[in-house]
Amino acid sequence: MTDKEMKNPRNAYGEALVELGKKHKNLVVLDADLSKSTKTIMFAKQYPKRFFEMGIAEANMISTAAGMASCGKIPFASTFAVFATGRVYDQIRMDVAYSNKNVKIFATHGGISVGKDGVSHQMLEDLALMRVLPNMTVFAPSDATQTKKIVYLMAENKGPMYARVGRANAPIIYNDKDIKDIKIGKAMTVKDGSDLCIIATGTMVEPAIQAHNKLKKQNISARVIDMHTIKPIDKETIIKCAKNTNGIITAEEHSIIGGLGAAVAETIVDNQISTKLIRMGIKDIFCESGEPADLLEKYHLNEKYMVENAIKILKK
Amino acid sequence: MKQLSKQEILKLELKAVQIRKHIIEMLYIAKSGHPGGSLSAVEALVAIYFAQMKHNPKRPDDPNRDRFILSKGHAAPALYATLAECGYFNTDLLKNLRQSGCMLQGHPACTCVPGVEASTGSLGHGLSFANGVALAGKLDKKNYQVYVLLGDGETGEGQIWEAAAVASHYKLNNITAMIDRNYLQIDGNTEDVLKLESVYERWKSFGWKVIEINGHDLEKIINALNQAKENKQKPTMIILNTVKGKGVSFMENNVDFHGVPPNEMERNIAIKELTAVEKQLEAQL
Repeated sequence: MTDKEMKNPRNAYGEALVELGKKHKNLVVLDADLSKSTKTIMFAKQYPKRFFEMGIAEANMISTAAGMASCGKIPFASTFAVFATGRVYDQIRMDVAYSNKNVKIFATHGGISVGKDGVSHQMLEDLALMRVLPNMTVFAPSDATQTKKIVYLMAENKGPMYARVGRANAPIIYNDKDIKDIKIGKAMTVKDGSDLCIIATGTMVEPAIQAHNKLKKQNISARVIDMHTIKPIDKETIIKCAKNTNGIITAEEHSIIGGLGAAVAETIVDNQISTKLIRMGIKDIFCESGEPADLLEKYHLNEKYMVENAIKILKK
Repeated sequence: MKQLSKQEILKLELKAVQIRKHIIEMLYIAKSGHPGGSLSAVEALVAIYFAQMKHNPKRPDDPNRDRFILSKGHAAPALYATLAECGYFNTDLLKNLRQSGCMLQGHPACTCVPGVEASTGSLGHGLSFANGVALAGKLDKKNYQVYVLLGDGETGEGQIWEAAAVASHYKLNNITAMIDRNYLQIDGNTEDVLKLESVYERWKSFGWKVIEINGHDLEKIINALNQAKENKQKPTMIILNTVKGKGVSFMENNVDFHGVPPNEMERNIAIKELTAVEKQLEAQL
């Protein structure tokens, strides 16, 4: 697969919280009985007074975070992506988004690569649910380095924000220098290319890089864009991709409805650009339990299918 | 805590009648909204805003202020009238309730109205929000008190019980919650819709201190609020036994006025009744 060094983005989240906790005395962390998995336990150990175990009561956790934010705190609330969004949608809508509170929801275990736990734990609609809320900023970081930086952006910029990472270890794509100028809503070009663009987010950025390498061997030049911010979406970059290359592939571990692919399609249509677009994602179905790699293969979400789709775009 | 004089209580009662008149006028002009649950909550709001909370309408964002959260957001007219009477904004605005362009939304919105702490209207959130304010207060070693008013039907929401458990677990004695126990919700009597009794035992079993009183007796409400503040170990729940539609004869205990505004004739009768009480109270002052 890859010879890159691996690091779990969840650990990067925990580390970032500990660093930020030192810098920002108003930063508080809430978790719903999953602190060992979300890695908020790292903050809990360092700053026990500023860590709030909320038990298996996610709705209360979100509204409580909003109450804390109303007193000037910077609350990070964490749990798995399924429970951090769908289960508490109304709480986020009213108390966080509509109320425009400075609440940061950081979710882990997003997507099908959660694997064996099955549909109950495979969140494929969170980006859509959060993206549709006014005032909400939405992130899906791709590796541990970027995750850490995005946690900093969340803590140090005001407003309701949501971020999701996967469960699994992830290859390190960036070093600190690559990432130092990262901005909310500004996509990163990971690989340059002129024939087509693969716009990927989160766990799909690494397979996109691998697809780029495979395509190169066939003399196909694929640009790889890391769309770490799903909202506000980087329209300028999308328009450039649409205008300067022969087509776009979007890739996300999420439903093809409402997430990155939808945001890219909307941008293309809104700007009346004629181009080819293939949206890779889960095609409006519930998946199943299984090994992450097997699931990604079964649902056509890996570099192999990115390569196939790239060739399709160029053939048409 | 000093006891209020008879004169002071009379003044508060007068304020309650004036707020009820505002509610009737607002809903009549808006041609929509919730009279029943607004009228039942008036004494609680008067006691909190005029005799209990430390708050400054000129500084609604004072970090040391006491907070009030109206979890039963459909009683927004009662809250708006109270805030206007306190001086958070001009009472003239009340007549624009629910109109496009007016800050007074159908349900409270914290980003729109000074003095509104939380955006409510979707039931079940307020106590959790209060938990957050109370936990932040403890962390910052501030001694503000957090007041929350829940509807009785509202406690059908599961989130209320999540919040009840958390407030108790963290010993949030800086929370004083109240339940507007008027026994009526949209589909009928609470005991027929989804049995709530024993409300007292439920909250007690969740580790709360529970006080049960007549929710229209201002003196009793103020005493209970004082008692709650002195409690050092637990959050307090005050069960306010109230009458839905209180103060307007034909609205009292009438579930049809949960979410239906008065028509012109009803409005005239209501204002006449309330003005008579107002005059009586003024005569005693």
